[in-house]
Amino acid sequence: MSSGYGIVAVLVVAVGTMLVGTYGLRISRTTSDFFVASRTVSPWWNASAIGGEYLSAASFVGIAGLIFAHGPDMLWFPVGYTAGYLVLLALVAAPLRRSGAYTLPDFAEARFASPSVRAVASVFALAIGWLYLLPQLQGAGLTLNTVTGAPNWVGALVVAVVVTTNVISGGMRSITFVQAFQYWLKLTAIAVPVVFLVLAWHAHGARDLTGPQFPEFPKQTTVTFDSDTKFQVSEYTPYTGSGLVDGQRVDGDAELTTGDHIVAAGSRLTFPEGAIVPHVLSIPSNTNDVWALPMRGGERFPLYAVYSLIIATFLGTMGLPHVIVRFYTNPNGRAARRTTLIVLGLLGVFYLMPPIYGALGRLYTPELLMTGDTDAVVLVLPSRMIDGLGGQLLGALVAGGAFAAFLSTSSGLMVSLAGVLSRDVLRFRGVRGFRLSTVLAVLVPLGMTLLVGRVPVADMVGLAFAVAASSLCPLLVLGIWSNRITTVGAVAGMLAGGLPALVAGMVTISAGGGGAWYHVFLTRPAAWTVPLGFVVMYVVSLLTPRKVPPGVNHVMVRLHAPENLGLRSQDRL
Amino acid sequence: MTSPQRPPNQRPHTQRVVVTSPRTRAPRAPRPYPASREIDEQSELGAVYMRSLIRTQRRLGLLLCAVVCGSVAALPLVFTLAPSVAAQRLLGLPLPWLLLGVLVFPVFVLAGWFYVRQAERSEREFAELVERS
Repeated sequence: MSSGYGIVAVLVVAVGTMLVGTYGLRISRTTSDFFVASRTVSPWWNASAIGGEYLSAASFVGIAGLIFAHGPDMLWFPVGYTAGYLVLLALVAAPLRRSGAYTLPDFAEARFASPSVRAVASVFALAIGWLYLLPQLQGAGLTLNTVTGAPNWVGALVVAVVVTTNVISGGMRSITFVQAFQYWLKLTAIAVPVVFLVLAWHAHGARDLTGPQFPEFPKQTTVTFDSDTKFQVSEYTPYTGSGLVDGQRVDGDAELTTGDHIVAAGSRLTFPEGAIVPHVLSIPSNTNDVWALPMRGGERFPLYAVYSLIIATFLGTMGLPHVIVRFYTNPNGRAARRTTLIVLGLLGVFYLMPPIYGALGRLYTPELLMTGDTDAVVLVLPSRMIDGLGGQLLGALVAGGAFAAFLSTSSGLMVSLAGVLSRDVLRFRGVRGFRLSTVLAVLVPLGMTLLVGRVPVADMVGLAFAVAASSLCPLLVLGIWSNRITTVGAVAGMLAGGLPALVAGMVTISAGGGGAWYHVFLTRPAAWTVPLGFVVMYVVSLLTPRKVPPGVNHVMVRLHAPENLGLRSQDRL
Repeated sequence: MTSPQRPPNQRPHTQRVVVTSPRTRAPRAPRPYPASREIDEQSELGAVYMRSLIRTQRRLGLLLCAVVCGSVAALPLVFTLAPSVAAQRLLGLPLPWLLLGVLVFPVFVLAGWFYVRQAERSEREFAELVERS
């Protein structure tokens, strides 16, 4: 899908983001402005900004891609991403705001008055942030690659540069404007094409999306392979093409026999209309009616995988550093709750869209099952379903929206990462330190993009959620609702839950897919690491009752008393 | 409150009447030791006030999470144990798609709205309790 319009759309989004950011620059002056926009942001602005920041590459392209490949089990991603906010609202939102801190380590310090709890929380905030930033940069690479054919690192670099410039120039205030703008841009970019896609599907005769046949090429299709690809062929398939298939040079007519085959990078194979699409090995080969049923992904422990995903996303949202930092921009705890409620609505509307792309992709872009680039389904579908200029323009709109997704999530992550880096690790003061930290915050994941293999974007984000849910979520929930938690318990709990999750994530990212029976326990660690974190934190706290931080009752008053009482305990806020 | 058939030449006598009115939210003369000060100074009484508020809010939050998230999270189990449920179609969509792709989102928003209402109510009651005492 090389199209000039797509490049224009990406450019417009990048430049527009910069411009809106510059508008914010005129307002932000002090350190406080930089970090939390002086807490003058209204619930609607704030909710749009949270939505804009939260709807990442995983939401915009990743979910549709996973649904396209694996079916309705993957609907748990959007459900979990939204439910995370419900849990956040019910357990964390108002007290977190009332704690009056800038970043998550600030909360740890406000609650526990202990440098060691703060230090451990900072390390996890950084790790989660980087783990989350990585798929954003990869997704940007994928988008630019799909739209322009540029190599993958170009997109990552573009996002890194735009975001760094923006954050350095305006800090959080401009980011709040940028983010709010990005939410509505993303919603438009994903919702408008859906209308036309559904109309086109009807015009093509509204073919059954859950029919009993395997995905087939809707018309003669040329598939280009960017990397060595191994796939499975389920029936004798003739093709024409050039390249290296199973180690043999092919030029012209040939055929694929049933079984596994490997195609070298740079090959171009053309398949006739109606041929059954070969699948890469990581995607189960199912007919569309089986694909549409839950628990048919062919995993070894499907129920474990689903529940682990549910635990990670339901509880992980509150531990994401860029989500938490956004709550400090609410004027008080009550506004924090109302903001979260609006966010629930905004996310719900957005998440109605990706499954439609995923389902239509089975009919119109099945060749992605063969290349394994399932994340590209959102980007490719409009120009594939709608001929001519209209399809190209819609494709450009989606590309622009996807790029907005990478920009906004990366911006939010950068602000919170730079905040943690400058205050806790490098101990720089003031605006200059924040700027320097921003540059450092982006260099690490940019370097990592060059090293890691191909893990689907949404899966990688799922790992960040798992680490957040097993380390920072126990800290927040137990810290807010129990005054028995001790400093020793907090540190022990974060380490006991967070470290295994982090290690499992690292193994998954560096080793990629594997067939071992324990594989799912590494790719979806939350179901065992989250209970571990909670239990260890609580039990160790009960065993060390002398380490309850002094003044815990005072802190509890600050966290829970409504602001309008005029308590002196809350004066510092 | 003088009677209309008052005898002439008699001076209207004054009479005490008790005027009652519903308790208003207007601030009353401060007690020598308001409850907000009890809370600030971490007295036993203040701690009791705060514990009751925290307990109410914690129960509400946990209950909401348990009911909403619990019932949503029961779906995979239902789909596994009763595959025929997962194969049902409703409104032209397979049931899992309809539930997870569409219906959960309004449920979440309603649950959130209910929570915000209840949480603000208990905070208001707490504020009234503290200001009244």
